[in-house]
Amino acid sequence: MIAANKNLQFTKIQELVYELKVAEVMTKNLITVAPDTRMSELRGILRDNRISGTPVVDGDRMVGIVSVEDFITWLIRGGVDCPVGQVMSRKVRTLFADEPLVHAVSKLEEHGYGRLPVLDRSKNTLLGLITKGDIIEGLLQELQIDYHEEEIHRYRASHFFEDMIADKITINFHYHIHGKKIEQGGEVASDLKRSLKRLGIHPDIVRRAAIATYEAEMNVIIYAEEGRVDVNVEPDVILIEVRDRGQGIADVARAVEPGYSTAPDWVRELGFGAGMGLQNIKNCARDFDITSTVGRGTTLKISIPTGTKEKRCA
Amino acid sequence: MRLSEIAQTLTLKVRSAAGHLDTDVLGGYASDLMSDVMANAEEGYLWVTLQTHANIVAVAAMKELAGIILINGREPEKETAEKAEEKNIPILVSRLPAFELIGRLYDLGIPGLRADAEES
Ligand SMILES: Nc1ncnc2c1ncn2[C@@H]1O[C@H](COP(=O)(O)OP(=O)(O)OP(=O)(O)O)[C@@H](O)[C@H]1O
Ligand SMILES: [Mg+2]
Repeated sequence: MIAANKNLQFTKIQELVYELKVAEVMTKNLITVAPDTRMSELRGILRDNRISGTPVVDGDRMVGIVSVEDFITWLIRGGVDCPVGQVMSRKVRTLFADEPLVHAVSKLEEHGYGRLPVLDRSKNTLLGLITKGDIIEGLLQELQIDYHEEEIHRYRASHFFEDMIADKITINFHYHIHGKKIEQGGEVASDLKRSLKRLGIHPDIVRRAAIATYEAEMNVIIYAEEGRVDVNVEPDVILIEVRDRGQGIADVARAVEPGYSTAPDWVRELGFGAGMGLQNIKNCARDFDITSTVGRGTTLKISIPTGTKEKRCA
Repeated sequence: MRLSEIAQTLTLKVRSAAGHLDTDVLGGYASDLMSDVMANAEEGYLWVTLQTHANIVAVAAMKELAGIILINGREPEKETAEKAEEKNIPILVSRLPAFELIGRLYDLGIPGLRADAEES
C-alpha cells in the first residue's frame, strides 16, 4: 500500500514539473543591486536579506549576477572596494517565466547554480529569481492542494450517497420554528449540523450550512416568530429554504447591506442587530435569493455546493 | 496552548464543561455581537465576551470554538451554563475587564486573527 502510494506520488511530481510554470513558483519580491553599488555594501545586503546572491540591474535591464562566491573571491583577491559591476558574473544563464518547471530543474542541475534569474520572454525584463527551495516549496504546495481536492472528493462521494441507487437522490430535512425565545435560537441550525455530519458531508461545508441556517433562524425568531426550514441535500449541493409569515422586508437590497438593521434595543442588548446576518448568509452561499412581501412574509433560498474548493464562507 | 493551562495561569473559574479543557486554543476573538462572531471567529478559538445569555453557546457550538470567557466577573445565566454543559462548551469567567484579559491572553502567545498583519 505504502509503496504503491509512493509510486503514485512520484508520477504526480513528474506531471507537476511539466505542468507548473517557472512564474508560478519563482520569488517575485526581488532584492537587486545596481552595477555601481559598492562591494563594501554588498555583504550587508546579502546578510540582511538572507540571500546568497542577487541580480545586478541597470535600469530595467539585468546586466549580471553577483553571489556570495563572487564576494569571497573578491575578498581573497584583497577586497579592495570597487563597484559590483567589476566583480559580477556577466554571462548569466536565465529562464523565461513561461517555461515549465522541468527546464529550471535541469538548468540548475546541469550547471550547479544555486539560482537563476527569470525574464519576461517578450520584454526581456527581470521578473524574479528561482532557487531549488522555490521549486520544492511550489511542488509541495501543489501536492497539498491535490491532497485537499482528494479529501473533498472522499467526503462528497461519502458512503451514504454511494450506496443509494436512483436517477435522482434528495434527502429532505424539515424543521419548524415556533414561539422560540431569542435565547433558544440556533436549535434548528444545530440539529441540521449534526444531521449533515452524519451524512458524511465535509465538516467545512457542514459549518457553512450551519452558519447560514443559524442566521436565517435567528431572523425568523426576531422578525417573524414562526417559520419553516426545508433543507434538500443532493449529492452535489445543499439547498436551504427558510420561509416565514412575518412582517416582511420592504427593501430587500437594503436589508442585505452590512450594517442595516431594524432590530429593537432589547434585541441589540443581547448582541443581535449588527446587520450582518444576511451578509453572513450570502457569504456562505453560492446562490442567494430573498423574496419578501410586507405584511405577508419572507422566503430565503440559498444553495451550497458540497464539493466546492472554497469550503469556508467568504 | 491548552485551555486548562490558560485557565490556571489566569486563574479563570470554570462554569461549564470542566471535562473539556484539554483542547488546544488556536487563537482568540473578542466581540459582543453574535453575527460578528459567526462571521469572523475561527474553529478552535477562544471567545471573549460580556454576553451571558444562552445564545452564546449556540454560536460557540456552531463555530466549534474552544471555549468562552466572560469578562468583568460576569456569570453565565443558569440556562446558559446548562446548555454549555450539554454541548460540551467550556465557559470560564474572569474578574478582569476585556482589555486587561485580552492583553494577558496575548502575552501568553494566543494570537488574534491576523497577528502578522499589523495595520499597514
Ligand atoms: N425574516 C425576516 N423578516 C422580516 N425582516 C427581516 C427578516 N430577515 C431580515 N429582516 C430585516 O433585515 C434586516 C437585516 O437582517 P440581518 O440578519 O442582516 O441583520 P440583523 O438581524 O438586523 O442583525 P444581525 O443578524 O447581525 O444580528 C433586519 O434588521 C430586518 O429589518
Ligand atoms: Mg439577523
